[in-house]
Amino acid sequence: MATTVSTPAPGRRRRTPLARREARWAYLFLAPWIVGFLVFYAGPMIASLWLSFTEYDVINAPRFTGLDNYRELMADPQVARSLGNTVYYTALHVPLVMAISLGLALLLKRVGRLQGFFRTVFYLPVMTPAVAVGILFLLLLNTQDGLINRGLALFGIEGPSWTTDPTWVMPGIVLMSLWSLGSTVIIYLAALQNVPRDLYEAADLDGAGAWARFRHVTLPMISGSLFFTLIVNTIASLQMFTEVYTMYFGNRETQNRFNSDAASFYVIHLFQEAFQFLHMGFASAMAWVLFLIILLITLVQVKLSNRFVYYEGEDQ
Amino acid sequence: MSRTLRVTALAGVLTLAVSGCGGVGGGGDSAGGGGTGKGALTTMGFGLSDEIATTRVDAFKKADPDVDLKITEGAFDEQQFLSAVASGNPPDLVYMDRKLVGTYAKRGSIQPMTDCVKQQNIDMGQYRPAAKDQVTLDGTVYAIPEFSSVRVVYLNEALLRQARLTADQVDLSNWAALPALNARLAKVTGGRLSRIGIDPKIPEFLPMWAKANGADMISADGTKANLDDPKVVEALTTGVKLISDQGGFGKFKSFRDTFDFFGAKNPLATNQIVAWPMEEWFLNQAAKNSPKAELVVKPFVDRQGKPLTMSSGQAWVITKGAKNPDAACAFVKTMTATDTWFAAAKARAEARKAAGQPFTGVYTGNAEADKKIFDELYQPTGNKRFDDAVATIRSVQEAGFAMPASPAGAEFDKAWYDAVNRVLAGQEQPEAALRRAQQEATAALDKAAK
Repeated sequence: MATTVSTPAPGRRRRTPLARREARWAYLFLAPWIVGFLVFYAGPMIASLWLSFTEYDVINAPRFTGLDNYRELMADPQVARSLGNTVYYTALHVPLVMAISLGLALLLKRVGRLQGFFRTVFYLPVMTPAVAVGILFLLLLNTQDGLINRGLALFGIEGPSWTTDPTWVMPGIVLMSLWSLGSTVIIYLAALQNVPRDLYEAADLDGAGAWARFRHVTLPMISGSLFFTLIVNTIASLQMFTEVYTMYFGNRETQNRFNSDAASFYVIHLFQEAFQFLHMGFASAMAWVLFLIILLITLVQVKLSNRFVYYEGEDQ
Repeated sequence: MSRTLRVTALAGVLTLAVSGCGGVGGGGDSAGGGGTGKGALTTMGFGLSDEIATTRVDAFKKADPDVDLKITEGAFDEQQFLSAVASGNPPDLVYMDRKLVGTYAKRGSIQPMTDCVKQQNIDMGQYRPAAKDQVTLDGTVYAIPEFSSVRVVYLNEALLRQARLTADQVDLSNWAALPALNARLAKVTGGRLSRIGIDPKIPEFLPMWAKANGADMISADGTKANLDDPKVVEALTTGVKLISDQGGFGKFKSFRDTFDFFGAKNPLATNQIVAWPMEEWFLNQAAKNSPKAELVVKPFVDRQGKPLTMSSGQAWVITKGAKNPDAACAFVKTMTATDTWFAAAKARAEARKAAGQPFTGVYTGNAEADKKIFDELYQPTGNKRFDDAVATIRSVQEAGFAMPASPAGAEFDKAWYDAVNRVLAGQEQPEAALRRAQQEATAALDKAAK
């Protein structure tokens, strides 16, 4: 006679009192973040979604206008220009930061006892306030007396007008952005140090050269970190604000001087619409469009990561 | 929509895209609707940075000892102000640039001063017309003006002498001769600019160049843009040529960016610039840091040679929803009254004397106060150059004009600033740039008028 042993379905398994108690504690510890998320993120996001369908100047009650803000946004050349600038910056900044950071991390890994010192040195610029970085680079990028053009002059190169020539404004901003690549360097260094030595030894035994070891051992093993920094840097680039705002739009004094179309980033334009022109409904629509763009780009990156990223414990 | 939702929504925009900064509330413990001289009174945008501010605030505290005055120090910040307004907890008083008054008045975030003026018996006739224009929208006064900043032309006579010219020969009314004069004064060696001849100070002074050419960039009621007027185009073309003739805007700006107008190595002392229009405050700095400089100050002039200046400054507004409007009104009256200004100027003169520095006057939006200060307090320094400069600055106050209050002032400014910047960057010609600016400004003004 066959006997059947019924096992409870995994979802219906009754939890032990200990598990329930642990779950309660877990929720208790999570509560501050959950409450913070609901109050400071989810709530405002939902409210701003509603506002994006209204005409709202912060002072008077919002008036429902349907999709007008989105239509206006699509037709606004300044939105298109600022979005184009932002995407251009992201396309330049992200690969550069990743490549240079990886190079620096590889060099740092080779440094022996002084590694701690150099790690600190590379990370220190990250601690510089963003406003100070903006001001600093305005001086460094000065056409006639800036350190960068003076350096180029030593090689007989006449440096460009970094802050006024529309062609060179964005490269100047990208140059500035490299100032704070220390975080990415540290992440890569940690990842490099976690690559098992026996993989390199095995590669050596197989006759792999330096490039082959890098290509077939290092890169796959740190691909998780590369992917993480790709996403984080992309999101940060699309939200670029403080340094550029300080350089070109920062205060009444600088607003009364020169600012360039080429330095108009999406979030800067959004900020101006919201707080200088009091178009909060329009700015809300801009914020949601940016949110969707970032979401889309991130989803594409995640999809691609399935093919290229190796996570420890996976059967790849 | 509830107030809570609106506040939440305001935070949401920045949550999505930028890190939001916290708002600032007015005093929560205000005694609402108290009479003059009672309860809490909160301000935003004002600082107690010098004796001009502290003396006047002390005067108010002495006159109204029962008012609990809370000054949140710092420059005016739109984001901070709007957060406070959206939260329903605005400060009673805000100290802001006069050019912002029209926009906030149109939106209803600040109160008309009609009752305040009547209640406190404030004599509006004592304020300069240009300052009053900037705080008046549709015939209603929305703010009380404070300082009056004017623009004059500074000349370095030592450099003029090197060029075998006198100050009288620098004639800014003769636009056709400006390029030749500029070429004679500027120093460009090997493609490197080492001395500016004439700095037209554009974009910021374009309205003054346009006015000198007989054009207003915006209508007197602040509702119609006039940016594509051929006279404005000509003014911009003239200013841009002065810059491009000095090595191009890139070099010009980078050289000008190295100037320190507040120190002993200011461009006057270091012979980096010959002729430039600028606000009157530089005279104070020059008197303090470069008393031996060969400085000559002349009025800016229109094309007929008649003195002309652009006036600007700050103003006090009472917010809609202010919890103590009566005390706010009393405060504004005291801060801008003739006697208070005089006391502040006296404190400044004494401070300067103690520091061994000359007192070059205080220039306010209150014409009566200025008269009293200069008639009863001001003493010529004995340095003829600076004494003549003071006389010039005083004389041009009467020739001042101001950009009028506009319901879309910020957008209007952005339209023409962007146009000038595009021309300076070589992206557009003046006519095309200003035509585009006219369209952008008109769209913004029309929308604001609805």
